[in-house]
Amino acid sequence: MSQTDLTIAGVGGQGSILAGVILGSAAVTYDDKYATQTQAYSSELRGGFAATWVIISDEPIEFPRVTHPDVLVAQAQDSINRFGEMLKPGGILICDSDMVQEVPQTIERQFRVAATSIARNRLQAPVTANMVMLGALCNVTQVVSRTALEKAIAKAVPKGKEQINLEAFNLGFEQVKNM
Amino acid sequence: MQNNKRVLKGTHFEMGNWACTEGAIAAGCNFAAGYPITPASEVANRLADRLPQVGGTFLQTEDEISAICSAIGASWAGCKAMTVTSGPGISLMQENIGFGVSTETPLVIVDVQRFGPSTGVPSVGLAGDIVQVARGSHGDYQIIALCPESPQEMFDLTIRAFNLAETYRVPVFLMADGFIGHMREQIVIPEADQIEIKQRKIAEPAESVLDRQDFLDVNVAPMPVFGRGLKAHVTSSCHDEHGMRNLSDPAVMHRYAIRPIEKICTHRDDIIQVQADCADAQIALVTYGTVSRSARAAARLARKEGLKIGTLRLLTCWPFPDKEIRQVAEQVDDMLVLENNMGQLYPYIKAEAAHACHVSFLGPQTLGQIHDPEFIFSHIKELIA
Repeated sequence: MSQTDLTIAGVGGQGSILAGVILGSAAVTYDDKYATQTQAYSSELRGGFAATWVIISDEPIEFPRVTHPDVLVAQAQDSINRFGEMLKPGGILICDSDMVQEVPQTIERQFRVAATSIARNRLQAPVTANMVMLGALCNVTQVVSRTALEKAIAKAVPKGKEQINLEAFNLGFEQVKNM
Repeated sequence: MQNNKRVLKGTHFEMGNWACTEGAIAAGCNFAAGYPITPASEVANRLADRLPQVGGTFLQTEDEISAICSAIGASWAGCKAMTVTSGPGISLMQENIGFGVSTETPLVIVDVQRFGPSTGVPSVGLAGDIVQVARGSHGDYQIIALCPESPQEMFDLTIRAFNLAETYRVPVFLMADGFIGHMREQIVIPEADQIEIKQRKIAEPAESVLDRQDFLDVNVAPMPVFGRGLKAHVTSSCHDEHGMRNLSDPAVMHRYAIRPIEKICTHRDDIIQVQADCADAQIALVTYGTVSRSARAAARLARKEGLKIGTLRLLTCWPFPDKEIRQVAEQVDDMLVLENNMGQLYPYIKAEAAHACHVSFLGPQTLGQIHDPEFIFSHIKELIA
């Protein structure tokens, strides 16, 4: 059975949870896989912690909690501090290098993507940093197909904002190509 | 009412609370009342959006007491009615849950349970209300409570809750929790004609209520709903078969209390559903609701190592599946009861099983976070050693 457990975390306002919803939706709706998505967040509108847990599998998912993820996507230092130690041995860390200063040496497989500056400088839309991270995640893990994710993004974002979000996704995808 | 608006056929990736709403609409719900509360608010929000699309009404009331009273009133006007809340709201509704039982009112109450006691933690799920929904109102009575384990079952069992409420003229609880209420998973909604829908029996007109039996029939009296030219008498005080108040005759008091109980107990085989996967098992893991998924994952881990572990899952917690628990207890050496609380159903399960096997309880490592299968597995190994 092929199953991947992921944690996507950041601070409120960065869109970590939306990224998780899009990932699960892509797997179920367009890749004919099974997915479970759960989340937690603090009560502050912005700046508090936010995290989503996604399980993607070829078979129905029994236990729906992620305890030791295969992949951690960290959009903030706080996410590393909270969830870094839970990463499975040999697990993959993808982090926004604009937001993360310190990464534990024990995590060997690291992909650092300057998602916030890419989104701000190249698209003038820092809110799309989560889509940059999704692009990187897609290329590194291939847990969901690129086409499925692109369709799910177009469906999930506000009308008229499809193109800029897909561009952000593509920039993230390209960013990790030669890592 | 158009079927294509009522039944959103297809595969969806949505929250359990979304699925519950769609189950209600698919079952023919046309009235809902509620007061917002985490983690149940998405059900009320979506009902407010969806009910007008299918000719129904959503009413946001000033509190939960008013919500359940509105739903009871709507049911007596012939609507398929529901209310939705979480534990603190159920505590407020208790008096009128008894009113619904006493007047034999079809009603669905969705409880998306959260961490208590008191206001506790709004967004974290806990099976904290499993006994209060059956025993929380005063007097002696039986209700029906169903326990989903996934967003898909929040769709399927909401439909079943409406069907049971209509069939038996009784309040039916859907006992979800914050974890599956807010969890997104695939939800498959079938064609409208694949969904079985039950309607209540309605009383025929008569010269006088004394010519008709409107209440206290073990096989469910036709309901004299308002607004159809029927004269009827409805009271939550002790009443006879015609609905006439009677506070003097002990024989009437006896029938008033026991017939609604017998109505549920007589039909328990139709109401109770369990999933038993216990062939050759030495140890049965007994669960309901979300924890059932941990139990199945733990049983799978244990079987890989050659241990004979089975599972017994209660989809219906009330009426209590006594016979089904006894049957499994007589097959196994051990029963391990797993609940996301400190053992609310455990004493009831133990009472049915302890004559035949050893029975013990295991709560989660961290209350509110359903059991890690590895944690259950290591406990099983200790049990065997």
